[in-house]
Amino acid sequence: MSLLNELWRYMKVRKKFWLLPIFAVMALFGGLVVMSQGSAVAPFIYTIF
Amino acid sequence: MSVILGISAFYHDSAAALLVNGKIVAAAQEERFTRKKQDAAYPRKAIDFVLEFSDISLNEVDAVVFYDKPFLKFERLLETYIAFAPKGFRSYLTSIPIWLKEKLFQKDMILKELRRHAGGFPDQEKLLFSEHHLSHAASAFYPSPYDEAVVLTMDGVGEWATCSVAIGRGKTLEIVKELHFPHSLGLLYSAMTYYLGFKVNSGEYKIMGLAPYGDPKYTELILSKLIDLKADGSFRLDMRYFNYATGFTMTNKKFSELFGHPVRESEDALDQFHMDMAASIQKVTEEIMLTITRSLATEHNIPNLCLAGGVALNCVANGEILKDGAFENIWIQPAAGDAGGSIGAAYAAWHIEFEQPRTTCPSDRMEGSYLGPEFTQTQIENALRSLGAVYDVIDSEDQINSITANALANGKAVGWFQGRMEFGPRSLGCRAILGDPRSAKMQKTLNLKVKYRESFRPFAPSVLQEDVADWFEIDVDSPYMLMVAGVSKRRRLEASPSAEKLFGIEKLNIQRSEIPAVTHVDYSARIHTVNSKTNEKYYNLLKAFKDLTDCPVLVNTSFNVRGEPIVCTPEDAFRCFMGTEIEMLVCGNTVLYKDKQNTSLAEDYKSKYELD
Repeated sequence: MSLLNELWRYMKVRKKFWLLPIFAVMALFGGLVVMSQGSAVAPFIYTIF
Repeated sequence: MSVILGISAFYHDSAAALLVNGKIVAAAQEERFTRKKQDAAYPRKAIDFVLEFSDISLNEVDAVVFYDKPFLKFERLLETYIAFAPKGFRSYLTSIPIWLKEKLFQKDMILKELRRHAGGFPDQEKLLFSEHHLSHAASAFYPSPYDEAVVLTMDGVGEWATCSVAIGRGKTLEIVKELHFPHSLGLLYSAMTYYLGFKVNSGEYKIMGLAPYGDPKYTELILSKLIDLKADGSFRLDMRYFNYATGFTMTNKKFSELFGHPVRESEDALDQFHMDMAASIQKVTEEIMLTITRSLATEHNIPNLCLAGGVALNCVANGEILKDGAFENIWIQPAAGDAGGSIGAAYAAWHIEFEQPRTTCPSDRMEGSYLGPEFTQTQIENALRSLGAVYDVIDSEDQINSITANALANGKAVGWFQGRMEFGPRSLGCRAILGDPRSAKMQKTLNLKVKYRESFRPFAPSVLQEDVADWFEIDVDSPYMLMVAGVSKRRRLEASPSAEKLFGIEKLNIQRSEIPAVTHVDYSARIHTVNSKTNEKYYNLLKAFKDLTDCPVLVNTSFNVRGEPIVCTPEDAFRCFMGTEIEMLVCGNTVLYKDKQNTSLAEDYKSKYELD
């Protein structure tokens, strides 16, 4: 819950409400991707961390 | 008493810094404790060190400040994927699970880790977040000696910003403009680092060292095809040549086709093309930085410039900015990379969030960057004894200096371990391997037999502050080894006509000055000035060497081998001493000679660390 609260506050401060549907879709489908992965270890890519 | 803990972590080079009543009392990088180069993990050991050193427990800390804002970084990721879609889908599938699983929960993760320290961390409201480039800017301005300055920060990328300009006045620091991802000078340099077969994020300084062997013949091609540079120094990269925004590499096929060569494989031979490319990207970097600084000097009419961010570690470009004279004074944060973000984050909280007043001092507030652990003579002897080392204890500092100076003058490589460890990437005379700069073979010996690294890499000179103008073409202080200048003309040796015709790596064999071991092939040197106020022991050693040889200069390279973090403890120093061809080690008041040690204590050091 604290993450959702933080995200909401972030969207308010940055005026990025258009990201809300993306977050929602990500929460739905991203959850599946996360669940299907054993570990979050990935190759180091400079700009995505 | 007011205490602020700054943290940088989870990207590369984690670190912690502690500010007590606005004064930096301790700072250290996690890699020095874990012995894992550029360790990005939560800096548990570094935090424990800064707290223990100051005799403060975590529950007495008034604020913990993290050096960047994870949500803003996530926003940049999402918007980049949307902007480039459908390209980058594979990268998206790789990165998003990591973010959803870990990185979005960074605040919780940090709180959880903080609570595991002795004393705990009861109040989560005390955890603050500073923006990445604000942290860099704060690390450059607040410890600087200036009341007012233009602050320029440049790196690969933070959240969105890749370059920012701020104005610092007293306790205020305001960012006035930024360049945003993917247009980044740091990433352009890193792309070239990747293309030339070196490791991104650590091999950049090798490109800088390689550049003088080449001819910058691709400068125009880079400026015309890869980058659109405007009169004020702002620029845009042509992303059709790069892959870092959406892929798993820095450059793409179009980039390789532009220059007519494939990406060099790591450890493959370096040929003239690679050297010319290194020279070209270095030239482009200097041109961009000079365009920016000239424009800023005109726009703001402030005589002082502060620099930070990874690009500020490009000391050749820094030397050019100094020589250019657009700014009268330049101060560069010695830990200009992300580790220094911990100092900046803490300072930003102290002066901006808590609105505490700021006073300046004539030198700076970095304490010479000697902010790490130190060891008493008893601790050193106990450590060495437990390792089975054979050592002499010499109580007179003069005698130690005389023995060391004599060994150096006789061509020996000496490990020098004294006082507090340096914060930042440079050895500044406390964790150093030293050599005689007058020796023609010292550079090769140190590179191949001591550091186990590429033979083209140059070494830096430490010089007595009062003698710097006599030996180098610079008359300002360079206490953090962040300025490059030429060796003084009267100290240079004329090269024969046949030697002048040599190309590339062959240039290494020419003796160019009275101090060939620290004179690069273009007669330049990365200067470290030493004064008695910030490092008296090292100053006295340089004095002793000067008394003996008439030369106030020593070769100073960090106490480590390729891929190894700089040594932190006497144990680390002894292991490195035994695993390499360092012939003598001076550790506090103890002196160790290699030929007196039990050879069975030597370990295979050459292959111990992953190559950088």
